[in-house]
Amino acid sequence: MEEFFFYLFASVTVGLVLLMIVQDSPVASAMCLVGAFFGLSGLYVLLSAPFVAVMQILVYAGAIMVLFVFVIMLLNLKEHELVYDRMNLKRVVVLFIGLGLFAFLTKLFLRIPKVEFAAVEASFGTVKEVGRTMFVNYLIPFELIGILLLVGLVGAVLLGRREE
Amino acid sequence: MPVVLVAIIKVVVPLLVILNLLPLMIWLERKGSAFIQDRPGPNRAQILGVRLGGLVHSLADVLKLLFKEDIIPNHVNKIFYLAAPVITLFVACVTFIVIPFADALPLKNGGFFTFQAADLNAGILYTLAMTSLGVYGIMLAGWSSNNKFALLGGLRSSAQMISYELSMGIAVLTVVMVSGSLSLNDIVLAQGANPLTWNCLRLLPACLVFIVAAFAETNRSPFDLPEGESELVAGYHVEYSSMKFAMFFMAEYINMIVASALIVTLFFGGWQIPFVDTATLRDNADKLVYYSALGFGSFSLLVGLILVTKFKKGYYGDSRDYEVLVLGVPAILVGLLLLVGTLINGHFYFGTEAKQIWAALFQIGLFLAKTLFMCWVFIWVRWTLPRFRYDQLMTLGWKYMLPTSLVTVFAAALVMLLMSQQDQ
Repeated sequence: MEEFFFYLFASVTVGLVLLMIVQDSPVASAMCLVGAFFGLSGLYVLLSAPFVAVMQILVYAGAIMVLFVFVIMLLNLKEHELVYDRMNLKRVVVLFIGLGLFAFLTKLFLRIPKVEFAAVEASFGTVKEVGRTMFVNYLIPFELIGILLLVGLVGAVLLGRREE
Repeated sequence: MPVVLVAIIKVVVPLLVILNLLPLMIWLERKGSAFIQDRPGPNRAQILGVRLGGLVHSLADVLKLLFKEDIIPNHVNKIFYLAAPVITLFVACVTFIVIPFADALPLKNGGFFTFQAADLNAGILYTLAMTSLGVYGIMLAGWSSNNKFALLGGLRSSAQMISYELSMGIAVLTVVMVSGSLSLNDIVLAQGANPLTWNCLRLLPACLVFIVAAFAETNRSPFDLPEGESELVAGYHVEYSSMKFAMFFMAEYINMIVASALIVTLFFGGWQIPFVDTATLRDNADKLVYYSALGFGSFSLLVGLILVTKFKKGYYGDSRDYEVLVLGVPAILVGLLLLVGTLINGHFYFGTEAKQIWAALFQIGLFLAKTLFMCWVFIWVRWTLPRFRYDQLMTLGWKYMLPTSLVTVFAAALVMLLMSQQDQ
């Protein structure tokens, strides 16, 4: 049963991400990405991390992607304004390098010996445990990440500000 | 697989309750607006003379929407145009599964039967996530319609929802902090049976912020700018007709019911009956059933008698004359049956389990009554307040509600810290 759901969510995620790349319309791309986030969220649930799963939907699908779609809609691109990628020699070479890298990684991946992981305890992944990990065990790294994000935010505002 | 069966029942029954509340809500909206604007409201539609005070209009609407021609304009983006109402309705319908309708029943095997479809560990986050997804339906409807008014409506809606989600989330955070849990049933339990300890009084600013944000999230007046008909015709659903329009319409009312249920759960004690905790309620369930049967019987009898005395032949000159009899006589009969039956039967004697089930039924009843009252508040506000201007909406969201909710979180945290230090 678990395996079935894993393959279901995994194929949904991978399939929608592929669809996102090949899509012409930016809004359709964004919606495929939203769908892929749902697949990811399902995978998190299978990994007994319900909190991360809900956060995935709440933050990525519910907030960040809404902003993405909002901006895309605000630009309101017309069909003829979209630039389509054409195949040329450079792109073909890059494609083959990418495929080679993929084959190499697959080969490495298949060599990894199978390891049995210990089962996690029942409280793993609940809000309480995540909170304890973040705010007790790793408080200083957590705060540092917070400051880093704040710096990024201020930087973005500064860069995006209109020249007076 | 009885577990699966129970799960299906738990999902389907509340969904049916909410779907069946829809015509009632539409009736309430129409009659409420009529009452506020001092006019009679809908009273024409009839089935063999029976009008039920305008309720039949809802039925007529359903038939009209079902049989209207389903038009798909040529200039729309078909996939998203068709998906948008489905997304909107789906998101509106899945939110309620974490809302508890009554206290959990203890089972013989030591477990509990919960009156919510899923007692998620992160229940309140789930509702927030689902409400934040609701914006996709509206945005896609606006964009795929390929129409200036619809696009503006969709943009307005998404900007508004993003702005108000923040204050809403922080208001919820205050509740979570005070209750010490993200599970909605625990939040209800933490509020206790005494109305003075309910969150609406303990956390008044958070409660006000949440209610205002809920109005904005459901796109209800005074925040209904996405469909402001004076500027945008009908906003994001201007290109929709027939059942696809009806789905947006249904989603709006379901959102309203779910938002009311959430407000009641978070701030007005959920299923808690004022001054009666679950244990007392379970002990006295038999008396309560006895007296409420008597009360309901006499109420039904009284209403029936009033209706029957209004009978006057030839007032309308057609079958509508007999409406008061068609409604009044059964009401009298039901009332008499209940009264006589209860009095002959005397006191009820229930076993423990029957008492628990009756107690749960009373809690469900009170929860629904509170929810309906909050729905009435939604209608009341809609027909009383004028619509905001767009800059006023943004000012209210960012400059007033966000600081208020932040200060509330800070103050609540400070009070909790001081109280925990006093205990030591």
